[in-house]
Parts: sequence; structure tokens; C-alpha cells
Amino acid sequence: MAHHVLYTPLTEEAVRGLQLEDTVTIQGTIFGIRDATQIRIFDQGIAPPADLTGGVCLHTAPGVRKLAEGRYEKLSIGTTTSTRMDRFVPGLLEQYGVRAVVGKGGLLAGSVAAMQRFGGVYLAIVGGAAALATMQIEEIEQVWWEDLMPECLWKFRVKDFGPLIVAIDAHGNNLYQQVKDRAAAKLEDLLA
Amino acid sequence: MRMRAFYEAVEEAARELYLRALKDIPADVRAALQRGLDAEKRDGNASAEQVMFTILENVRTADAQDTLVCQDTGLPVFKAVIGEDLMINGGELKRRLRRGCERATKEYPLRSNTVHPVTRKHTGTNTGDGIPVVKIEFREGSSALYLCAAPKGSGSENMSFLKMLNPSEGLQGVKRYVLECVLESGAKPCPPVIVGVGLGGTSDVAMALAKEASCFRKIGTRNADPVIAELEAWLLDRINRTGLGPQGLGGATTALAVHVEWAHTHISHNPVAVNMQCWRGERAEAVINGAGEVRFL
Ligand code: SF4
Repeated sequence: MAHHVLYTPLTEEAVRGLQLEDTVTIQGTIFGIRDATQIRIFDQGIAPPADLTGGVCLHTAPGVRKLAEGRYEKLSIGTTTSTRMDRFVPGLLEQYGVRAVVGKGGLLAGSVAAMQRFGGVYLAIVGGAAALATMQIEEIEQVWWEDLMPECLWKFRVKDFGPLIVAIDAHGNNLYQQVKDRAAAKLEDLLA
Repeated sequence: MRMRAFYEAVEEAARELYLRALKDIPADVRAALQRGLDAEKRDGNASAEQVMFTILENVRTADAQDTLVCQDTGLPVFKAVIGEDLMINGGELKRRLRRGCERATKEYPLRSNTVHPVTRKHTGTNTGDGIPVVKIEFREGSSALYLCAAPKGSGSENMSFLKMLNPSEGLQGVKRYVLECVLESGAKPCPPVIVGVGLGGTSDVAMALAKEASCFRKIGTRNADPVIAELEAWLLDRINRTGLGPQGLGGATTALAVHVEWAHTHISHNPVAVNMQCWRGERAEAVINGAGEVRFL
């Protein structure tokens, strides 16, 4: 496993060069999205007001404090379970050019296939490690769709965001599934 | 007059315990996380070591910044153990615990998670009908109130299971079911987890015992019944041999501990309940005497 420092926006080449279990830190900007954000994009068919091409999307609903119109201070920014938002991932990649999804818990087979097809990766962040993530997010740069608070579309400026672990690569491999399959195969032996 | 000071102390303590539980994870959990990191190092599993290191780094960051360990402020759950020599009004106790949660939410401010189960409308206060959850117990020969706050996050609480096994499935059935629950949970409860198991009772009692086991028992404690203590050790060994590992990404540390609590049950019952607690293992305790003096533990 190798370590990579990636600068946003990500290129297809950079993403395809990542192998399962490699570690990544991100420099630049990332987007924060959650259930309501993606329901608006895909179920209500409203295109996101920001260009997500080459983007990194973090599954989050941040805890923030309002400073002024459209300006927010970070309080606690953590990560939520990705599987709940699995159905939106192929669309993010195909229609909006997203290259990486950051979350916890992994994604299902359809998203794994989409990552292989369009050139995307799933980067596992340590679930619950919000104190650290909040430090690595330097500033909330922009926010759209404030009516969905806290599930708006967020843009964060990050420094040394990670280390993240490549848990689904762009070649059809899914680390969570591999680990689960190995565990399931052991079950009868463990009970014997 | 004396009792007014007591109830005010309860409200203050509830507010403080809710915040402390979210910011400062208990010493027994920290030690177990460190043992997890050491184990992954010994195994030479680089990803798992990285995850355990990040978890501990996160705990240190929360200490240094005096901030929340994890963003999920949970649903507030309290255990209140009332000394049998302490004469108090149970209704007022519950109102003060609730008030403490509301104040913590507003004053800190904490993200509120409490919604109506059908309309999904937010209360905005982290309290509501039946919330905070308050578990009341009594202790003989005591004249103090013990409070423990364990605000439960959703990732781990969603991994809750109950099965009314057939008595003929016996202990083997229990073992199989617990392992299946761990596999089914996978990465979702933020492993390494504390696995709480409730055996016996009625269905609701089994669930409550599982919660007691996952959230209120300290790591390193063993059940007083040797048969149950042996089951705890067996389950911990097997769960860690599944190889699911920290965050479900593979490794030797899937569980930090397995705690089993039990009650007698019906001849035709064999209830087994499982409740997961995530690595943050949030818990904060205090004792309040009748004069309203608070001692945080
Ligand atoms: S499962 Fe626990 S550690 Fe993970 S996000 Fe939820 S509250 Fe935080």
C-alpha cells in the first residue's frame, strides 16, 4: 500500500492509479452532501448550483454556527453512513463528474460497478473521528440550499484531509465486501 | 429548601454529564483502544493500525480542543440509581434530567437529533416524548443518587437485534446468533465495538439488559456468574477472529469487549438481544448527595 497526496479537482488518471488499501490525504476543497441534498438533485431533478467535476464528496451534515448571511463557523463536522445514500452515487459520477466519495461503512454493488466504469473511488474516513476531521477542514467556503440546513450543499477548504483509506477502487474491488466474505466463510469454524 | 438545592444539582449535573460524555471518553475505553492499536501493530496490519491510530489521535484532539469526539450527539440516555435512604420525588428527578439535556443543547450548542417517529419533525431540544431515556434502579444502604449519561449515537444503536430463540437451540444458538449479528453489523456501528448481549427475561427485558451491557458496564469487568463470564470470553475471542477489524476494513480488533447481562426466563423462552456500542463508548458518571453536593467520577 502506498500513500498519495491528491489535489482537487481530481483527474481520472489519479483516481485510476489508486489501489485498495492505499492511503490518501486531500488538499484543496471538498463538498459536503447528505440525504436531503441528493434527494433534491436526483429525485427533484434540480442540478447542483456548484460544479462538481473532479470533486470529492463527503457524506456529512455538519454542526455549524451562523455568523452572517451565508457565512458559517464549523463546530463539529463528522461523517455519516454512506450505504444510506448508495443509490445516488452512480448519478454523481456519471452526470456530475464526481471522482471520490468519502464516508463510512462503504457502498453497494451498483456503486462499485459505477466507480469502475466512470473512474471513481470510495475513501473510508474513520467513522466517529469528527474532532480530527473538523480540524482538517480549515474553513466553510460556501453553502448552497440553506433551506435544507444542515443537509445543504457545502464547500469546505481542507488541509491534509485524511488519512483516508481506499476501500473501493476504480477496478471493481470492494475491501468491505472482501473482509465480510472472509468473515462469513469462517463462521462455521468459529462455532465448532 | 434543602431539596431545592438537590434538584438544582441534578439539573446541573445532567447538563454537565451530557457534555462530558460527548467530549471525554472514559479511561477504560481509552485503555482498550490503546490495546487495540498495540495488537494491530503486532500483527503488522498497516490499514488497521492506521485506523486505530487515527481513533486515538481523534480522542487526543478532542481533549486538546475541548470539543466533541464525534459529531453524533445521540439520544440522551441516563441511568439513575437511587439510594433507598434518599427520599426524593421521582417525577421531579425526571423533569430535572430533561431540563439538563435541554440546557446543554441550547447553551453549548449541541446538534439536536430528536424527531417525531412518523412526521420526522424536529423538537430542536434533544428531548421529547420518552426522551431522555431514564433507567431507574435502587441501591440498598445508600443515601445518594448515582447518575450515568450515555448519549447513544445512531450508527451503533441502529445495530440492535432481538430473537426469541427456541430453548432447544440452547447456548450454541445464542453463540451463533451473536456472531451473525456482528457480521450483519459489519462496518456500520464504527468498530471496534463493545458488544452488549442480554439473555433471558421477556423480550423487552432482554433488550434492556443488552443496553446495560453495551453502554453502562466498564471494560474489564466480568459477569459475576462464572458461566456467563466464560461466554463473554468465548464471544470476544471468536468475534475478534472474524477479522472484520477496525471500521470493518480488516484486522484483529473488531470488539473491545463483550458484556453479557442476564435474567431468569420462562421455560419456553430463550431470548437473546444484542446492542452495539461504538468505539467512542461514551459514558459520564456523577454521585449527588442529599445536600446537593456533586462529585463527578
Ligand atoms: S456509530 Fe458512534 S462513533 Fe460512529 S458516528 Fe455514530 S456515534 Fe459516532
